[in-house]
Amino acid sequence: MKHRWSLSSVAFDVFNYALLILLCISMLYPFLFLFTLSFSSPESSFATVRLLPETWTLDNYAKVLSNEFVLAGFGNTIIRTALGTALTLIVTVCTAYPLAKRHFPHRNFWTMFVVFTMFFSGGLIPLFLLVKSLGMMNTTWALVLPTLLHTFHMIICRNFFMALPESLEESAKIDGANDIVILFRIVIPLSMPILATVVLWTAVWHWNAWFDSLIYITDPNNQVLQVVMRRIVLEGTQQMMNLNDAEEVANPETIKAATVMVTTIPIILFYPFLQKHFVKGILVGSLKG
Amino acid sequence: MNKLKLPALRPYVRHKYLVLLFLPAFLYYVMFHYVPIYGLQIAFKDYVFSKGIWGSEWVGLEHFRDIFGMESFWQVFRNTLIISAYKLLFGFPAPIILAILLNEIRLVFFKRIVQTVSYMPHFLSWVVIASLFIQFLSPSIGPLNAVIKWLGFDPIYFMADPKWFRTVLVVTDMWKEIGWSSIIYLAALTGINPELYEASKVDGANRYHNIRFITLPSMMPVITIMFIFAIGKLVNDDFDQVFNMYNSAVYEVGDVLSTYTYRRGLVDMEYSFATAVGLFKNVVAFTLIVITNAIVKRVNDYGLW
Repeated sequence: MKHRWSLSSVAFDVFNYALLILLCISMLYPFLFLFTLSFSSPESSFATVRLLPETWTLDNYAKVLSNEFVLAGFGNTIIRTALGTALTLIVTVCTAYPLAKRHFPHRNFWTMFVVFTMFFSGGLIPLFLLVKSLGMMNTTWALVLPTLLHTFHMIICRNFFMALPESLEESAKIDGANDIVILFRIVIPLSMPILATVVLWTAVWHWNAWFDSLIYITDPNNQVLQVVMRRIVLEGTQQMMNLNDAEEVANPETIKAATVMVTTIPIILFYPFLQKHFVKGILVGSLKG
Repeated sequence: MNKLKLPALRPYVRHKYLVLLFLPAFLYYVMFHYVPIYGLQIAFKDYVFSKGIWGSEWVGLEHFRDIFGMESFWQVFRNTLIISAYKLLFGFPAPIILAILLNEIRLVFFKRIVQTVSYMPHFLSWVVIASLFIQFLSPSIGPLNAVIKWLGFDPIYFMADPKWFRTVLVVTDMWKEIGWSSIIYLAALTGINPELYEASKVDGANRYHNIRFITLPSMMPVITIMFIFAIGKLVNDDFDQVFNMYNSAVYEVGDVLSTYTYRRGLVDMEYSFATAVGLFKNVVAFTLIVITNAIVKRVNDYGLW
């Protein structure tokens, strides 16, 4: 393929590269700022734009990581993420598989039954009252069960199952295998890419979730990390910041920045690995709308 | 079981393993989706927790009369529509433009860097992003205000100034989602037959012609579907974002239906009133989706269903 170097084409390229570089800078700079703030000593001045800390310190991180609420929050988040992801994966697969089978009775009706919930819901208050009346307040179940299935992810998983060659399953059926055996012995081993995608989607969702913990969990020691962070950074709750020891100089802003970093770093570390699967999942799902 | 006379149930018995697999999902959807939909009736009742949904008294449309007669509701409704309209106007085309620009990049590694960087914020919660921007835009420590002051202007209280708050909402929303939203459009672009571009080159087309007559039309089905979803979101505002970014100083421009429902419902515990607001929002969103889908389908044959 020969390129024609017309002036307008070159101008377009220059403009395009410049714009995208600018976009990247605007995406990254806020994180660099947060990074800098979190490693700065409390006395640092931010009167001018500063790319790296004036004086480096780990004090902010030491404070945040010795905070009992932050540590408890970490634990609670890990528990909900592990439990929630495991349950969601199992139920998603178990739901997607029957809906992918042509011989599942009234398949269209059941698909509508499921998809309808994407467009119409009871909303915040009825769900809250339900969870409350089920006695799930202050339990991990309140964080895990109401969001057990994400309909959109389940549909993508179903589309993936539908694209698998049917002949494999038919030969297994002739050998006497039932649907459950076929699902676990044949379909699941062939579906690792989409299962990895569902796991990552769910895990990231749980890691980032906070609202359900805010309304269903009332004991501050049982809150997830995001809510602890909210209390510290957005509400500026002093008690949660461990700033009560008055003899120390402490700058709430640098502490807040370190708190945000602590919540963010785990995801950023996994991010390059996550991204690949997330994108693949979207592509797989969009092939068959 | 073998004496079962109901013929409708026979296929369920025959495919009992599939039914067994589907059972947890059935229970889940009934319990956590259809029971709350059934619970919507408290919008027409005077809900008292001790009496339960059944025991509470019917009051008909009283809560809706209250809502529609209330200036604070209309204020919130207006805010929701204005913020969503801005997001639709600026936030909807942005990822499409980004996808087109990325599609014109020939250096694969550069393209990949831009994609990786622009997807990243999507993976963080609004709590994190809101915290980040509250510090970034701060008049005392934020670099943006440092520049504004350096240029000789007064610092801007972005988060607390009603004049700026909606702009902040729209821009930060674009910042968080632009890269991620572009994926679906890029997926559509990978399906374009490269011969189309070669043929147009023979016909003497330049890059603008290519974008206009090949790239953009190829994205139309996806753009249409995303547009229907975006219309449905006009009243389903982003609770996560607004709730984490707003404060009482900007309620007049930033309070939206979902945050209002939360405050009236869970903070003030006016369950029935808040449910009525939620139901109103839900019905409007559902109607918008159905209407848009019908119109779009008539115009260009693509649709959600």
